[in-house]
Amino acid sequence: MTALVLLEIENGAVRQASRSAVAAASAFGSVDVLVLGAGAEAAARLPGVARVRHAESLSDSIAESASALLASIAAEYTHIISAATANGKNILPRLAGLLDVQPIPDVIAIQDADTFVRPIYAGNALATVRSSDNIKVLTVRGANFDPVASEGGSASIEAIALDTSATIPSVEEISVNLSTSERPELESARVVLSGGRGLKDAANFKLLDPIADKLGAAIGASRAAVDSGFAPNEMQVGQTGKIVAPELYVAVGLSGAIQHLAGMKDSRVIVAINIDPEAPIFRVADYGLVADLFTVLPELEQAL
Amino acid sequence: MKILVPIKRVVDYNVKVRVAADGSGVDTQGVKMSMNPFDEIAVEEGIRLRESGAAKEVVVVTIGAQAAQDVLRTAMAMGADRAILVKTDDTLEPRAVANALKAVIERENPSIVSMGKQAIDDDMNATGQILAAKLNWPQATFASKVVVNGDKAEVTREIDGGTATFAVPLPAIITADLRLNEPRYASLPNIMKARKKPLETIELESLGVDTASRLTTISVAEPAERQAGVMVSSVAELVEKLKTEAKVI
Repeated sequence: MTALVLLEIENGAVRQASRSAVAAASAFGSVDVLVLGAGAEAAARLPGVARVRHAESLSDSIAESASALLASIAAEYTHIISAATANGKNILPRLAGLLDVQPIPDVIAIQDADTFVRPIYAGNALATVRSSDNIKVLTVRGANFDPVASEGGSASIEAIALDTSATIPSVEEISVNLSTSERPELESARVVLSGGRGLKDAANFKLLDPIADKLGAAIGASRAAVDSGFAPNEMQVGQTGKIVAPELYVAVGLSGAIQHLAGMKDSRVIVAINIDPEAPIFRVADYGLVADLFTVLPELEQAL
Repeated sequence: MKILVPIKRVVDYNVKVRVAADGSGVDTQGVKMSMNPFDEIAVEEGIRLRESGAAKEVVVVTIGAQAAQDVLRTAMAMGADRAILVKTDDTLEPRAVANALKAVIERENPSIVSMGKQAIDDDMNATGQILAAKLNWPQATFASKVVVNGDKAEVTREIDGGTATFAVPLPAIITADLRLNEPRYASLPNIMKARKKPLETIELESLGVDTASRLTTISVAEPAERQAGVMVSSVAELVEKLKTEAKVI
């Protein structure tokens, strides 16, 4: 059996979530990877990769062409996998549609080649499902699979291209607006500091910055904070946001709604700071501090 | 221009679900059901496009049991013009739902299919993309802004690390993310009016599409419960414990 992993490349390196997907794919046998655009050399250095298939002229931001290319080589594989990222969730289900198979999103454990565990109802239940499709199309959660190293392999690189005779809807990217941040990537940070509605406004959200600087932390936000405009959506941790599992998760002024817990409860150590002793976040926290965050945050900054 | 909005009836997002004792699924007996929150956003977007003059009609469709009518009435109370219930007592996977929706779309010929990015029960986040593939239509998933310009839509999408804007030729599938809009509440007079709006029922079998399941659920289990830890009384104590006990800083 051979699995194919669609990789995402960022600043010339393979994203950590994609390296987790390669680790997951190795459960099925030999692993090929597909790179769209630049970055094939970085992909070739991943340990455990047999072959890099490289479509330089395509982009992983366009699902229409990416899924068409994947579909054209799908018959060579038993499993087609990507990380459960925004791009993965855009492209892989479309591929499943082209292949007429039922995709299996957000896999957190692989039992055998056909059987997978995935969370449903915002992680309040775990479903074990068996697929009868010939080709399994799955996205995997990075937090649940230890990523392969970024160096150590020497796979061959082979160019492939999209069949130009196929009719593919033409979608055009007009502009990209990335938030610039010097902080580590939310999904792979060792420490995550998240703020909720308790911060009261966007200006107060910046109170998290100096502490994040000291801890080398990524900053996250609850859906309530995002909805209230305190933080951009890409910082949202939860059922429909980012799934994180850092060594240390510090939740500041957020109550811990089910949707938020779904995104962070696999963190190793959880700290909750909230003025409301009844906040559900305290039920999952290893260390809880009932106090006003506006006095706690400056103290914490001093103490670190 | 016509907008079709597929919606799903799910366990209300405020309900804490329980896994059935036999591990066969989640207990939905007597549990409050509502329209999937992302679908509410998709309905709202459809109504706004009609109100802005970009569209003429908003049609909502759901696939489910007779009881799923209630979410169609809710959508019509919000302002959708008419509704279609594709009736089945089976629980369908996204692939099967896409097959059924494709048949409805071929009948209705909408220019935009506006739907939620994800249902909060199975958390699949797949139906829109599968449907787009089957129709060979473009897809704009995780939309946070939609501007219709003649035969194109300019859609801003949530991506990892920010947003990106795409020009998408119509007809297209657009899946709604949280920030797209704030759905309106249905007023009582509008709820009354919605009772008189047309609701057509189609038997799923009559569409003649493949709705077989490809996934078998082996079991559904509760996730490992996380135990609450200790409460600390000061920042100093917290930092001390993180350093010496948890050893994370």
